[in-house]
Amino acid sequence: MPDTTAHDLAGSLPDPKFLHLENISKGYHHKNGWNQIVGDTDIAIEEGQFVSLLGPSGCGKSTVLSMIAGLTEPDEGHIWLDRHPITGPGHDRGVVFQQHVLLPWMTGRENVLFGLDSARRNLPRAQREELADHYLETVKLGHAKDRRPGELSGGMQQRVGIARAFALQPKVLLLDEPFGALDALTRVDLQNELLRLWESERRTVVMVTHDVDEAIVLSDRILVLSHGPAATVTQDIAVPFARPRSQDELNKDPRFYDLRAALLSSLTAPTTDTA
Amino acid sequence: MSISQTAHVAAGDVPAGNHAAGGQPTIPARRTLRRDRKSRSGAAIRAALLFLLLTVLFVGAWQMATSGANDSGLAPTPAETWQRLVDVLSDPFYVAGPNSVGIFWHLLASLQRVVIGFGLAAVVAIPLGFVLGTSTALRWAVDPFVQILRPVSPLAWLPLGLALLSDAEATALFVIFMSALWPILLNTIDGVRGVNPLYLDLARTVEADRGTVIRKILLPAALPSMITGLRMSLSTAWLVIIAAEMLVGGRGMGYFVWNEWNKLNIPSILVAILLIGVVGLVLDRAVTAIQKVVPNA
Repeated sequence: MPDTTAHDLAGSLPDPKFLHLENISKGYHHKNGWNQIVGDTDIAIEEGQFVSLLGPSGCGKSTVLSMIAGLTEPDEGHIWLDRHPITGPGHDRGVVFQQHVLLPWMTGRENVLFGLDSARRNLPRAQREELADHYLETVKLGHAKDRRPGELSGGMQQRVGIARAFALQPKVLLLDEPFGALDALTRVDLQNELLRLWESERRTVVMVTHDVDEAIVLSDRILVLSHGPAATVTQDIAVPFARPRSQDELNKDPRFYDLRAALLSSLTAPTTDTA
Repeated sequence: MSISQTAHVAAGDVPAGNHAAGGQPTIPARRTLRRDRKSRSGAAIRAALLFLLLTVLFVGAWQMATSGANDSGLAPTPAETWQRLVDVLSDPFYVAGPNSVGIFWHLLASLQRVVIGFGLAAVVAIPLGFVLGTSTALRWAVDPFVQILRPVSPLAWLPLGLALLSDAEATALFVIFMSALWPILLNTIDGVRGVNPLYLDLARTVEADRGTVIRKILLPAALPSMITGLRMSLSTAWLVIIAAEMLVGGRGMGYFVWNEWNKLNIPSILVAILLIGVVGLVLDRAVTAIQKVVPNA
């Protein structure tokens, strides 16, 4: 409902500040003093955009995602989603965790339903089951949905995780290095799957990754985060490739390699800007 | 001559040699597997024979030690003990008076007390374990009580029970309750605290309510640990009931043992020890069977 109101106010154009991290920062006490993880950062994300937070491991990008999820509170600043402040976790944000985080005593289908039963409890049960089956089918798990996570491969486990987050039909999807734990081939497979799924229903997505290729293939926009401590956005890059994309097409495009080289050097370049 | 020839062939035909080396391992591997299975069953047979030998040696030593000794009746021979076992088991259901009953009724009385006391302990300890496992402040507040009361022998509660409850039966249950409480409580707390914190993060992001979190996450995650606690509690309760019944009297295996001692009927005591051991084993196996039914966390 607030969805449509926002649209109307903006004259049916996508809201450029659909997700707004307004001057946030985050740190915590460390045994040797204060550890500033995220420095003063301001990020505005347009509705329907796929945005990657790209940064080296341990730079605090997952902390940013955790703050959007509402699992962590920023020390300063506010986070707005669809013009409402985020005060805690909520089902308007779907999270795909780094490790799949499936409940081992439930089947794949039950895991998807676990999310739906809580987040969309206003829907009738039959509709929730329909949603679960639809998204499991979409991630090509229809045949294996009644298996427990222990009987699924790593790639299949993460497919369930993706189906669970998409099935909530959230305003924003938060992906925390979703393919980090997978082998290279499975990773490419799942990236393509996610690309296809996202292009069929364009939700606002924030993905955290340290994989340059992954960021280019999937995103509309890449925000490069600096090395911690006090990580912040150092570069804001629009990804120029037309959609629908395919990994094969990109591999033939020289601009892909230029962008890749630029991103890689910005990631590996020593950043001396400590606050 | 033949040796040098083989050496020559091997040196001159390296690829073929490699092929042979690469193709061969499947056969020895299969052989090893078969030998493994064979040695397994061989070990079982050897163990069975060894067991028989040890039994014969034990009974023989027992026979030698008791038959020569001057018969004060306090050192029964294996034959006397066996006769007593047959006597006791041949008529387990007789009732000759309020306390003069067959072995079945003694066993039943003990089991009843254990099951009731253990059940009450589980009913209290499992919910309490969930509360303490999820609330750090409460857990820390209660911890001193637990740490001090846990090492106390359950039998130390017996006089207190008699004084406060002034009823032998209730006191026996109280003692069993006190002995069964701690393992269930501590293992439940451990199980709840050991839940993967990411599961709880997930529950928060989908806004699962407290009841759902308990039913769908905490309970299944803590179940294996809880079963371990139940198992430990049940075996402790079975240990304690014998001693408690010696003091409380009435009916039960502990009372039976004490009564037979008062009658200086040592073969009966040996029979009772054997039966107590067998029942304890059965109880433990019963709980383990439950553990196997529970889906692995």
